[in-house]
Amino acid sequence: MTEQVIEKIESMEKKREKEKHGKETIRSSVVLKIYRANKRAGEQPHYDSVEVPVQRWTTVLDALLHAKQYKDPSIGIRYSCRMASCGSCGMKINGIPRLACYTKVSELEGSTVTVEPLANFPHIRDLVTDFAQFFSHHHDVKPFVQNENADIKDKNKLSEFMQSPEDLDKFLQFSYCIKCGLCYSACPTVATDTKFPGPQALSQAYRYFIDNRDNATKDRINIVDDKHGIWRCHFAGSCSSVCPKGVDPALGIQLLRGHMLGFSKNEKKIADLQDRLRKDEEAKQ
Amino acid sequence: MEADRSNREGLMGWLNPGRYGWERVSYWLQRLTGVGLLAYFIGHVFETSSLTQGPDAWAAMLELTQTPLGHTILLLVIGMSTYHSANGIRLIFAHGGKGLGKPGRPDYPYDAVSLNYRQKSGIWIALILAAVAMLYGASVLFGGE
Amino acid sequence: MMLRESQIMKIHYITGIAALFVVAVHIMMRLIMPYSLSLEYENVIANYHNVPYLVLLESILVLIAIHGFNGLRIILLELRQSKAWEDGITILTIAAMMAVVAYGTRTIIIANGFGLGFE
Repeated sequence: MTEQVIEKIESMEKKREKEKHGKETIRSSVVLKIYRANKRAGEQPHYDSVEVPVQRWTTVLDALLHAKQYKDPSIGIRYSCRMASCGSCGMKINGIPRLACYTKVSELEGSTVTVEPLANFPHIRDLVTDFAQFFSHHHDVKPFVQNENADIKDKNKLSEFMQSPEDLDKFLQFSYCIKCGLCYSACPTVATDTKFPGPQALSQAYRYFIDNRDNATKDRINIVDDKHGIWRCHFAGSCSSVCPKGVDPALGIQLLRGHMLGFSKNEKKIADLQDRLRKDEEAKQ
Repeated sequence: MEADRSNREGLMGWLNPGRYGWERVSYWLQRLTGVGLLAYFIGHVFETSSLTQGPDAWAAMLELTQTPLGHTILLLVIGMSTYHSANGIRLIFAHGGKGLGKPGRPDYPYDAVSLNYRQKSGIWIALILAAVAMLYGASVLFGGE
Repeated sequence: MMLRESQIMKIHYITGIAALFVVAVHIMMRLIMPYSLSLEYENVIANYHNVPYLVLLESILVLIAIHGFNGLRIILLELRQSKAWEDGITILTIAAMMAVVAYGTRTIIIANGFGLGFE
């Protein structure tokens, strides 16, 4: 049985590898078409083309840094970890929001790579955008465990949270979010609705809603049940298709909405009721 | 916090179905067909109100609407309503978290479980049903029955 | 009475599904006889003297008006955000919905000839 599963996984991996390399184009150089603008300094939006040498493993971030180092040091880029962990180098690459450090030049079609700042974020300079609004939406959904039975300021109330691997799997995927903003940039509702929290914040609302350590269920639902809240998601799925970490924000949003529509049973509520019943019985005895 | 609208994609963000896959196409079509059907509904309520002014007014309205152009518009309405209904049913289930798969432990290359073939085939079925309904509608409207 | 957005959306989904059934019956009524014949004045008026069909027409009117104008409200809500705009479109879509329902109901009542089928 186990061997069969391993064989299946290996064959799938080989297939993927084949598909992936099939798409790769090996070139010795590409032209980076870089969006340049600095409105505060009076620099109007325009594109600068820079030719950079590339190899099979060169990422768009590597290419940009090469251009910055050897061609034009004034190019504005934000980056940090270079390994898809910090979520700083999000930008539109050939029109689609991607992480520059996670996109190899050889995966892209054509010999010109167009890099632009993320859409739906206020622009600062060149490829750098302002994330204040995005983080503000994230902050609004209270992205932390709330549980009045475990007040960290009160030692008597401090208790250990019990969580099974099954309970963990319900939210683990959504906790992989690196807040890179690609989903926010791809979302069609965010494109016009400034009050819409966006896929990132809404999927985080689900991440804490379904966490069995959290008991602020009602409060969390009240936050997103607004005319610019969760109901303005129309499942266009663009957020999930651009997510570089497999968070699948659209899934989290629909699952949360399933609970609000009564399509899914709320296990936390059931557990809470059972707990209350148990306590009542104990009190009677 | 004061909302900053700068650099928002605006309506172009809605009308950009080609960039992200079938789900985005479905979103765009659902919205477009919805607006089209509402416009037709208002027009249809107005159109049928000519009944109240007697047979002559009704005949005059039919003369205006029962034309090749009128039938073509009706054909579009048949297609739009079929697509909007079939895709709408898929969306109601999807909005309730049904048919999307379960959260798990994502692994490279991080394909989203919610953008699965159940959803994609739902969109294709809606498109095929709309085409079939339009064909049947054309046979009734232009078939000379 | 202020409805929560979740309640409005539940109404949106229910009216959408219900409209599907009543519109299907409405279209079938056009197909039980040759299409052009079904549009003749006498046949249409005869339909309007059939009480179950009147109920069907009125429900189509109400269900599609609610579903359609709420859909329009959603689209307009997403377009711009300001209190004046949001309040304006809420009032406008409710008023338009009521106007269409009233106008359609007027047609149904007059075409029925006030007899409601009990001649």
